[in-house]
Amino acid sequence: MSAQAPTSPQFARFAVSPARRRKDRLARGLITAGTAIALVPLILVVYYLLKKGLGSWSWSFFSTDPTGNTFFKTSSIGGIKSAILGTVEIVALGSAIAIPIGIGVAIWLVEYGRQSWFAQLVRFFVDVLTGVPSIVFGLFIYIVLVVGTGSSYAGYKGSLALSLLMLPVVIRSAEVILLLIPGSLRESALALGAPRWKVIFRIVLPTALPGMVTGILLAIARAAGETAPLLFTAATTRNTDFNLGHFMNSLPVQIYNDVTSPTTSVVNRAWGAALTLVVMILLLNLIARLVSRRSRLT
Amino acid sequence: MSNDAMPAQVANVQDAIVEPDSQTDSPREQIAPRASAPEAPVSDPAMPTASAARQGLSVTLEKLRAFYGSAEQVKGIDLEFRANEVTAIIGPSGCGKSTMVRCINRMHEEIPGAHAEGRVLLDDDDVYGDGVDVVAVRRAIGMVFQKPNPFPTMSVFDNVAAGLRLSASGRGGRGKADLHAKVEAALRDAGLWDEVADRLAEPGAGLSGGQQQRLCIARSLAVEPEVILMDEPCSALDPIATLKIEELIAELKQRVTIVIVTHNMQQAARVADRTAFMLSGELVEVGPTQDIFTNPHDPRTEEYVTGKFG
Amino acid sequence: MPSGERSTLERSPLARLPDRTLKYGLTLLAGLILALIVYFFIRLVDEARPAFAHAGVFGFTFNNDWNVSGNKFGALPLVLGTLITAALALLIGVPVAVATALYANELCPLRLRGLLTVLVELLAAVPSVVYGLWGIFFLAPKLQGAEQWVADRLSFIPFIGGGTVTIPNYFVAGLILAIMILPIVSAIAREVMATVPADHKEAALGLGATRWEMIRTAVLPYCRAGIVGGAMLGLGRAIGETIAVTIVIGDAPQLGKHLFGQGYSLAAVIANEFGEATGLHRSALFAAGLVLFVLTLLVNGLARVLVSRASRTRGTSARPRAASETQPIAEAVVGA
Repeated sequence: MSAQAPTSPQFARFAVSPARRRKDRLARGLITAGTAIALVPLILVVYYLLKKGLGSWSWSFFSTDPTGNTFFKTSSIGGIKSAILGTVEIVALGSAIAIPIGIGVAIWLVEYGRQSWFAQLVRFFVDVLTGVPSIVFGLFIYIVLVVGTGSSYAGYKGSLALSLLMLPVVIRSAEVILLLIPGSLRESALALGAPRWKVIFRIVLPTALPGMVTGILLAIARAAGETAPLLFTAATTRNTDFNLGHFMNSLPVQIYNDVTSPTTSVVNRAWGAALTLVVMILLLNLIARLVSRRSRLT
Repeated sequence: MSNDAMPAQVANVQDAIVEPDSQTDSPREQIAPRASAPEAPVSDPAMPTASAARQGLSVTLEKLRAFYGSAEQVKGIDLEFRANEVTAIIGPSGCGKSTMVRCINRMHEEIPGAHAEGRVLLDDDDVYGDGVDVVAVRRAIGMVFQKPNPFPTMSVFDNVAAGLRLSASGRGGRGKADLHAKVEAALRDAGLWDEVADRLAEPGAGLSGGQQQRLCIARSLAVEPEVILMDEPCSALDPIATLKIEELIAELKQRVTIVIVTHNMQQAARVADRTAFMLSGELVEVGPTQDIFTNPHDPRTEEYVTGKFG
Repeated sequence: MPSGERSTLERSPLARLPDRTLKYGLTLLAGLILALIVYFFIRLVDEARPAFAHAGVFGFTFNNDWNVSGNKFGALPLVLGTLITAALALLIGVPVAVATALYANELCPLRLRGLLTVLVELLAAVPSVVYGLWGIFFLAPKLQGAEQWVADRLSFIPFIGGGTVTIPNYFVAGLILAIMILPIVSAIAREVMATVPADHKEAALGLGATRWEMIRTAVLPYCRAGIVGGAMLGLGRAIGETIAVTIVIGDAPQLGKHLFGQGYSLAAVIANEFGEATGLHRSALFAAGLVLFVLTLLVNGLARVLVSRASRTRGTSARPRAASETQPIAEAVVGA
């Protein structure tokens, strides 16, 4: 709190001039206003999502596939079943690829590569990869796996694009956590006569696990929300198809396609799908936060 | 002279078979546990102490030099640590005591860019010899660090068992009862059993500082090393905990050779049979502790022990 | 199990196997990943080459003519569109982000600080496509009236004034981007502010400074480089953002005549046109992707240099300590 002007005369010379106080109040007002402005979009997004999205939610919404129908009545546009299942499958496969590889590279960086020129090179390129716009990952997979092999879109190709996107994130966050583990832990294990691989798998990784899980969950949440990498790899389809070798629907792509529709009911379906997607991501974020709170490293 | 391999159930003192002292074994042969025939076991024979059947080995340094990159920190040391004795290493900060000791169990080379030259003989085997595996070296030569560092994700029991599990070669079934017996024995040897017997499942990090350090000692003891290196083990502990550990050292030396680095000269006087004084990476003087403190040969030693510098 | 049984300080080759396998296996993995990333970039350049060969690298990037049917691919309108929206995002987003960080660190009551942090980070949890959806159906229509008012009042200013407001337009795109970069810039600003040593602040207050004066003299100068670095990272994010922008910017292949009219950006053109592109057109889209990527690379690299130089002059480590436990991870995820 800025000093209040005291009443007694001998402190008068310590009083803050009205001009300074005005400036202080103005500045603080602006800062508070700025913060409020920051929160406005959040409130509006949440409000609108709930308002428009909840209206679409129903049991049949989640259990019916979307029809390709964009011109007729509400009841015949279907739901988002294939989109939800598709997102789950594609993201699951992408994570299953990116996570072990990412953790493996992180382990190598921290335990073996350390500061060698080769490790620095790997770090540099992984860093560079984080700056790639997400759509470019889709383009790469498209060129290599769709055009290159002469085959068509497939769910697993979308997974590969997502895993490329997740890889630098997983490597980065895993490396951060592994570096946080005190050297004395490794030392005491080594001094007991443990071979290096046991030190890594029995001591280091279990200690790092909660922190890494947090990073992984956040990476998965991000991948689940991505549209661009899937556009030209998994493409989309209407019916539920568990086969990752075929075209596959996903929530972000479904929403993206519905956005441009002139039919109100289709747009409403997009809102319902958007709310579903946001809820899924928030759940992942929540679990990540809970896990990190139980981490012993921080 | 050769020894037969011991049968598997030799954990108990009652079952210990007294073997002739085999310190002159040829290196190529299996070295079996020995009972300390001339010395009575310290604890009640009814209680299991696996280590009463062992003795320590001597460690000899020959022209040991240690480098960090190109900087030489330990400049050619010849020193013997006698079996079943406590040898203290004293000297001012930065004189290379810790570095030298870490060369003995080859922890020094874990630091990137660090290496050592010379020979370190465990009994007759050079731990830096060709074909020697560092992992095996560290099973024979244990280490207790300055700051107690029990594994944070493990219980008291698991901490002590960690050494056994981590260094298990996989050969020979290790039954659960056997493991329990070894953990209990190690905890008894470390003087901690009475305090944690009912808390074995609690996290190791939940103990007091002194207890944690004794837990670390138990952890090292569980793998049954011949030598234990202690790098300023009490510097982070309060006086009572320090005293307990010093008493422990006096007991343990019957079973293992102990090398203790300390910057506390009174501690060296209390626990060590022999003391070595190091200065700027060199060994200045070594001898029976009494002599070093009351009648040192080298003037530098005298200046240090009388507190003229430190 | 006999105690002390061991051969002479050696282990069987079999026992050494797991260590060797792990070491070489992981090294191989790292090498493969490196090779993959390198191949990734090589392939991209390869695909883009025909377009660059057609008009030259500078020709492609700076020709003001993106005409698909005429087989002309000058990307200037796209580059400018990307830059305009990103600049808007910075202009609007950074001050608000800094204000939020200042409020959280200096003015906010302690109990609310955690809540505020969580709320701002919540903005990052909303996926891009949902922002697009919200932008085109809620924000753009709601702002249309206000935008028209501004356009009319400021008609004397070129580009901002005059003309009619369309629903997809540059301004809304910039605004949405501002919202999207808010969390990352605010998080970094907060992190940097948290490293201001308490004694600097106490010194200012002890001299009788008002709160704002203390902030102005002790906090902001200390954090300037870090905040700029954070802003640049936000800029990098804004440049690469695809889907939300695609939805709300429109698809005008010429440089939009004004701020409140339709425009285009590098990312948007790829999303919109790639589906049916062939031959030179497709190559041009790859080239656009490459230009986009290079822009991001430059901005991110600059950001890193700024941040590390700032902390080096202070003698602290290049990475300020995290203000929250998920900070380093969140940063990595958001692509800092």
